[in-house]
Amino acid sequence: MNIDEWKGVWVLAEQRSGRIDSVSFELIQKAKELKMQLKSSEPVTAVIIGNGIEKLTEELGEYGAEEVIVIDDPALEMFNNEIYSLILTDLIKKRKPEILLIGATISGQDIASMLGVRLGTGVATHSVGLHIDEDNNLVSAVPAFGGKVIGDIICPKHRPQIATVKPGILEKGQKMQGNKFKTIRYDPSDIIKKDKGCIKALAVHKKEYKGIPLQEAKVVVAGGFGIGSKGNWNLLRKLAQLLGGTVGCSRPVVDEGWIPDDHCMIGTSGKTIRPKLYIGFGISGSTHHVCGMKDSDVIISINKDENAPIFNVSDVGVVGDAEIILKDLIEKIEKLKSM
Amino acid sequence: MSYNIAVCIKPVPDPDFYDKITIDPRTKRITRSGIPAVINPADKNAVEAALEIKEKYGGKVTVITMAPPNAEENMREVLAMGADAAYILSDREFGGADTLATSYTLAQGLKKIGPFDIIITGTESADGATTQVPAQLAQWLEIPHLWGVKKIEFINETELKVRAKIEGGSIEYFIKLPALLAVSREINRPRYTTIMGIKGAKKKPLTIYGVKDIDIDLNNIGLKGSPTQAGAVNVPSIDRKCKKLRGEPDEIADLLIRELTAAGIPLE
Repeated sequence: MNIDEWKGVWVLAEQRSGRIDSVSFELIQKAKELKMQLKSSEPVTAVIIGNGIEKLTEELGEYGAEEVIVIDDPALEMFNNEIYSLILTDLIKKRKPEILLIGATISGQDIASMLGVRLGTGVATHSVGLHIDEDNNLVSAVPAFGGKVIGDIICPKHRPQIATVKPGILEKGQKMQGNKFKTIRYDPSDIIKKDKGCIKALAVHKKEYKGIPLQEAKVVVAGGFGIGSKGNWNLLRKLAQLLGGTVGCSRPVVDEGWIPDDHCMIGTSGKTIRPKLYIGFGISGSTHHVCGMKDSDVIISINKDENAPIFNVSDVGVVGDAEIILKDLIEKIEKLKSM
Repeated sequence: MSYNIAVCIKPVPDPDFYDKITIDPRTKRITRSGIPAVINPADKNAVEAALEIKEKYGGKVTVITMAPPNAEENMREVLAMGADAAYILSDREFGGADTLATSYTLAQGLKKIGPFDIIITGTESADGATTQVPAQLAQWLEIPHLWGVKKIEFINETELKVRAKIEGGSIEYFIKLPALLAVSREINRPRYTTIMGIKGAKKKPLTIYGVKDIDIDLNNIGLKGSPTQAGAVNVPSIDRKCKKLRGEPDEIADLLIRELTAAGIPLE
């Protein structure tokens, strides 16, 4: 492979139901930085796939994309990994970007992995840092062992260099109205015909979650195994509501079935959060969980085991029974609020 | 109707001990001595999903891993859960593999042992957690796959209806066999091993295959077959100075309220 033929930094933008995922804007900002480090004159390119998405290009431009490749077709309404990766493999082979950044969402991860094999290249997953080294290679800092270890990964002999980043890790840039960008329309209809039809998306089932999304919350009230029961989960909700925040949890709460799914799980395989305040009840502090909340501004932890590792990463700690303290706290705050 | 099912598993250092991992200051390598190897937690859900299909429709469950030979203990545990046969792909040549080389190696192993109707994996390993291997394995095998599977329904012998996770919900898919399904942890609760199961597992076949036993391109395996290279590793310090609040329960609540106010949370 002649790697010098591969040029430019691309972002695979992601949209669901006509709304661009904010991780796409975060990646565009990073792509601009990487372009500067590469001293490249190639435009920062965003690729967007879906049905009836032409109108979304504007916002990608506002966040700094200099070129937007639009792949718009009725067959692309719902995420289909076979069709999406067929299209992207074709597009990437034709236009040869040197770097491809993808949001580490469920579909983003899926596509990144597939492209790794189809393009015969390396994929750095869940990067927490990205920069260009003296040989003009992309260096991705990726976590392992639940975030305990951070290791650098490079992919020096293959292109494109693919890296995924979880939502909320990077900062998005300022939105600038009226930014000029070039739109390229890519007609996928011939490629779509090549799909064997082994997978078909039948229907999207959205879940309406009440309250503020975890990653946007200023206050996160989190519960772990130490909250003791499904019933106490409602106490956490109550406190979160009083503090103007939302609830989160660690793995055992999901495994115990105290909540129906893992949408509010914090950690390596869950959400990464950085709220103003994290307050954890009955969370022992496994490496996996800590990796997802360690960057919170203030961390308060309540656990009955005084040797729980969570205290090592907390600003304020209480050794005590999570349930009792939770009830007391709710009662006192309610009183304060009613005054 | 009966299915030939493969489950790919990975022995990983026990996630409960990841805070004990350090970097050797001299060699700059990760030290994880003393941490026991366990079956990757998500892979037990994969085994359970396979056993449930076998129990309902009949068939055979084969587990496969790429690991050092001492993975035998982990494989016996899966056999004790109810799997029928186990294979360990083990060879020095496989060492240093990234996800691309790992998935290729597993694919070549599965081609040798199979063909399989259904391949089931977990969603990710606890150690590397890249989530890449299931999708990559399916690419090498040129079969369809779905990741984050919450529900599997059989439409007929060769077609399934599968629910897979996306952000904020799920998508219902039609998928044709042979296929690979990476099951999410909420799909089931893995069974425990029983005394009878453990006894039975000792008599079940466990085979170790090296490079010479499978049809494999040496350029695609181990370090050589890995496009990614690992550089510097470090253990970031995340420790904070923890102020412990002490007192009777109702005093604690007051102290906490003071801390909440200090953190800028309005309470009136």
